[in-house]
Amino acid sequence: MDFISILSIFVLACFVGYYVVWSVTPALHTPLMSVTNAISSVIVVGALIAAAAAGSASSKWLGLVAVALASVNIFGGFAVTARMLAMYKKRERKDV
Amino acid sequence: MAEAAVAQPAWVLLAYLVAGVCFILALRGLSGPETSRRGNRTGMIGMAIAVVTTLIVHFPGTGSPPSPGTSEPSIFLVDTTTVVEIIAAILIGGGIGLVTARKIQMTAMPQLVAAFHSLVGMAAVLVGAAAYLNPVAFGIAVRVTPFASPSFISIFPQSRIEMGLGVAIGAITFSGSVIAFLKLNGNMSGKPILLPLRHFINLGTIVAILALVAYFTQDQSPWVFFTVMGLSFAIGFLLIIPIGGADMPVVISMLNSYSGWAAAAMGFTLHNSAMIITGALVGSSGAILSYIMCRAMNRSFISVIAGGFGAVSSAGDAAAIDRPYKRGSAEDAAFLMKQADQVIIVPGYGMAVSQAQHALKEMADKLKAEGVRVKYAIHPVAGRMPGHMNVLLAEANVPYDEVFELEDINNEFAQTDVAFVIGANDVTNPAAKTDKSSPIYGMPVLDVEKARTVLFIKRSMGGVGYAGVDNELFYRDNTMMLLADAKKMTEEIVKALG
Repeated sequence: MDFISILSIFVLACFVGYYVVWSVTPALHTPLMSVTNAISSVIVVGALIAAAAAGSASSKWLGLVAVALASVNIFGGFAVTARMLAMYKKRERKDV
Repeated sequence: MAEAAVAQPAWVLLAYLVAGVCFILALRGLSGPETSRRGNRTGMIGMAIAVVTTLIVHFPGTGSPPSPGTSEPSIFLVDTTTVVEIIAAILIGGGIGLVTARKIQMTAMPQLVAAFHSLVGMAAVLVGAAAYLNPVAFGIAVRVTPFASPSFISIFPQSRIEMGLGVAIGAITFSGSVIAFLKLNGNMSGKPILLPLRHFINLGTIVAILALVAYFTQDQSPWVFFTVMGLSFAIGFLLIIPIGGADMPVVISMLNSYSGWAAAAMGFTLHNSAMIITGALVGSSGAILSYIMCRAMNRSFISVIAGGFGAVSSAGDAAAIDRPYKRGSAEDAAFLMKQADQVIIVPGYGMAVSQAQHALKEMADKLKAEGVRVKYAIHPVAGRMPGHMNVLLAEANVPYDEVFELEDINNEFAQTDVAFVIGANDVTNPAAKTDKSSPIYGMPVLDVEKARTVLFIKRSMGGVGYAGVDNELFYRDNTMMLLADAKKMTEEIVKALG
């Protein structure tokens, strides 16, 4: 992909992000933070490349550490978000 | 040549695009609690797609062909040790993450999010460093063989900028989040720490980082790269230490945003659309949350970031604290609320500190059994992170349709018998509407004083809110102060309700 295509994806994604995030209900702002945390760990892609590549031992080890750190975030972030979201319940409708 | 070196098969590009779309849907799901759980699962699927795609492309047998632009052979070798090492890294990290996620108390959520941000930041720094040390693996370099001198590997200038910025933002995210974590976790005082000449030092450091990133395009020597990294760690630290505890909602949102921009910068380096889409989403999400938090405090982003708010202790206000006020007991409170048609509960950080949410829910249930309507009013900056109070109430099984945002409930206080303020202070201060000299003037506040009676739980009359201003509400005729720990007082009221 050339730079302009990448830049286009980036700019359009910023607009998508803007509209999507404004539609998030304020009650779910904490889960929003934890799930954005989890997905920003997609940086693990870069870490995996570094860890899988031969040619530089130090680069490989940095990659492995980054894989571990990002994994904490991926598993922890999605799990804690799921735990929070499971708590949001509606009132039982017997009193109305 | 630059493009050829990073060419990826079409299916790989598509897979990363699908992962990016999954992440968009994950955030979209959060528009309501019903759809949010499915959204979260979509996010997990997106992550799985991204990881599996990367593993397939870079792993045994299917490894990428020799990069056409270079004479380098494929450097992704079939190697069992590497596979085991990577799986071990995922298992260790994933295990720590899962255990933490299961064990963490809901009141500690702000610290946890800060800690997670720091990990994203550190991962970005490490990936940046790995890319710098082994640029060929990332397809961002060519071997240059000048006439009559040894050949060397030259990183594309554009990649150098992307990499430099990615590492800088990642490092700021890391050290800033560590400080935010220490402050939220109570390992470090929540009071702003003000260094002399800090604005001068901070600006100088930022300019130096940018200048070095620019210079990096001319000279790829290690000292440039590692100085950028070191200065960025320092500036993250310097930026957050002068910011006080109650400004943490803005800080956490801002660091959230930075972690996104760091991921996006690395996405540019790796030409990876999943990373770029995610980075843009997370970056805008954090930026919007920071904006919402600043608006809720009627302060500019710059003034929050400049720090020092609430640093001046209000010793001079001692005289005001001697004013007469009405003090009530748990029995008085129970009696007043039992008689009420409608009670609005206003929770704040104090509720989180004393873990009073479960007792509060019990109290609300007792009141509902007496035929009282109970609602909750949440100020956007109540607590230490956006949505903090909502999560705690949800944890205590408070139905979310009883919980209202400031603008949805504010005009109801006038028709309410009792406003029950538990652990909030500045967000109820009427001075924000009337007193032009008050530091919180102009901040949108909950109109609790319009309720027939205000019950205000507070540990003692001595302390002031975060803004360091006295709250006029305490001394009004229709206010009854309940001086005790929030949880203890609520439990006593539950007992008194019988």
